[in-house]
Amino acid sequence: MTRPAFLRWAGLLLGVLSLSFGVTAGARAQTELLNVSYDPTRELYRDLNAAFLADWNAKNPTKTISTIRQSHGGSGAQARTVIDGLNADVVTLALAGDIDAVAERSKKLPLDWQTRLPHNSSPYTSTIVFLVRKGNPKAIKDWGDLAKPGVQIITPNPKTSGGARWNYLAAWAYAEKAFNKDEAKVRDYIAKLLANVPVLDTGARGATTTFTQRGIGDVFLSWENEAFLALKEFGADKFEIVVPSLSILAEPPVALVDGNVDAKKTREQAQAYLEFLYTPKAQAIIAKNFYRPRNPEAADPKDLANFPKVELITIDDVFGGWKKAQPAHFGDGGTFDQLYKPAR
Amino acid sequence: MSDTAPPFVAAPVRRKSAHGESLGVRIALIAVSLAFLLLFLALPLASVFVEASAKGWEAYRAAITEPDAQAAIRLTLLVAAIAVPFNIVVGVAAAWAIAKFEFRGKNLLISLIDLPFSVSPVIAGLVFVLLFGAQGYFGPWLQAHDIKIVFAVPGLILATIFVTFPFVARELIPHMQSLGTADEEAALTLGASPWRVFFRVTLPNVKWSLFYGVLLCNARAMGEFGAVAVVSGKIRGLTNTMPLHIEILYNEYMGAAAFAVASLLAGLALVTLALKTFLEWRFGDEIAASRRH
Repeated sequence: MTRPAFLRWAGLLLGVLSLSFGVTAGARAQTELLNVSYDPTRELYRDLNAAFLADWNAKNPTKTISTIRQSHGGSGAQARTVIDGLNADVVTLALAGDIDAVAERSKKLPLDWQTRLPHNSSPYTSTIVFLVRKGNPKAIKDWGDLAKPGVQIITPNPKTSGGARWNYLAAWAYAEKAFNKDEAKVRDYIAKLLANVPVLDTGARGATTTFTQRGIGDVFLSWENEAFLALKEFGADKFEIVVPSLSILAEPPVALVDGNVDAKKTREQAQAYLEFLYTPKAQAIIAKNFYRPRNPEAADPKDLANFPKVELITIDDVFGGWKKAQPAHFGDGGTFDQLYKPAR
Repeated sequence: MSDTAPPFVAAPVRRKSAHGESLGVRIALIAVSLAFLLLFLALPLASVFVEASAKGWEAYRAAITEPDAQAAIRLTLLVAAIAVPFNIVVGVAAAWAIAKFEFRGKNLLISLIDLPFSVSPVIAGLVFVLLFGAQGYFGPWLQAHDIKIVFAVPGLILATIFVTFPFVARELIPHMQSLGTADEEAALTLGASPWRVFFRVTLPNVKWSLFYGVLLCNARAMGEFGAVAVVSGKIRGLTNTMPLHIEILYNEYMGAAAFAVASLLAGLALVTLALKTFLEWRFGDEIAASRRH
């Protein structure tokens, strides 16, 4: 290669680079919000974002929001990336413990964040159900059947997935009730259940595809919304939902990340976005996406009819809240570490 | 630039097989390798294109032109457009230093160049999070100056440079070493300046190895998943490269769309391969000559 040719190439390259930077810089001039969420809310926030943008931009022509960006993954893993500096305006995670971690470690939001919005900052709830293959070949009816030998259970990793922590605590609550709080029996049950888990995915969606698309496992411990979505995507002729005798009221909370919105000057828009989630319009979208709305009157009765009646325990009543449950069960050396023996 | 090839190797010599294997053994060996290639390369690749077209041309076009997909394609090309030239410059410099000069710590440098091959890409990504993340060593300083590295485009570029660094240097070093320094010494004695020697002698001598290195480097830069997944933050339309976008689509039950983008990515790799084959066919003699020094 001669020198002039080399220089020509370098010039061309620089041209391409500056062009591409120009494109990205141009896109950055408008107001964007970033919602860092957990795995199964992909479809929910696609609908909610469109509704909020239409609503807000019509009412606030001078402060329009161009896009709401989404990032999805296992709830714990997502909290970790926000702690490591992902510039989220709002976090909408699977459980309060993960947002607590963000508050404690990044110090970008106050520790009492959960009192700032109604209903423990959870505009929707869900619960844990079982998804089994059509006809329920292993006859799985309740939590007790999960500890039987020969049943393969799919659940994500409680260390990284919020849904998996709700699963785990629901199983624990069932066992405490079934064995009259005999701790040795409870631990034995959980250990047997975990021994039936062949693979732990990092997030709920990965676990869903493991069960539905890769065909591994007999029963999938799933968010109710995720189970309904799988039925919708793959047809009711492939899977069915089994509702256990008892489950847990899962409250996936939302929070403003003060440190980030103040730096980006997006506080007003981000706050309005979170408050929008409690409006009748949003509550109807929530029910349509198989999450249980806080305000059922706003939802379509047809959507509400999907939700089975089930006895729901709360984390505050049985486990004393996430601040206690998180270190006791999922912290380093907690019950999950003690009872899960992966090498088989 | 065929004037650089010495005349005595201009006509390729037809080599006779020096091995004594019988025809049967040779056919069996060829059959085994062909069957393997078919089963493990051609079939999966074909299935990508079949799945991609499962829902028809309109769905394919929609998947490719959707804004998030467009952003992912642009980002992938941007990352490759920065990482590859960077690795060309640094790779050539490193290979030049190693092949043409003697110095202490040379073996250490060679091992360091190989490091990205032996380190898992996930670790490569985590290293950058540890360095530049909000809780990392440089995190507070970067935040104070409003500079974003991880979970933004610079982090993606850094991670890609890290994992693709060895390709150019690794391709060049053995070739440059085998060439020795005789040509350069001759040029110097004829009065050429060092820069002139580099651009007129050293670089033309290894241009084919450089080209292969660049092709491999580019293919990996566009296809890298692990390291990029760690530093991306997975913001749709902003920090999602094509491989990450494919995973997202697959996880959102949009199989046909996922495979459509995958086929595009595979297509880019195939173009690279076709380009390499074309050049080998077109300049085969010259390549053989430059490699047989």
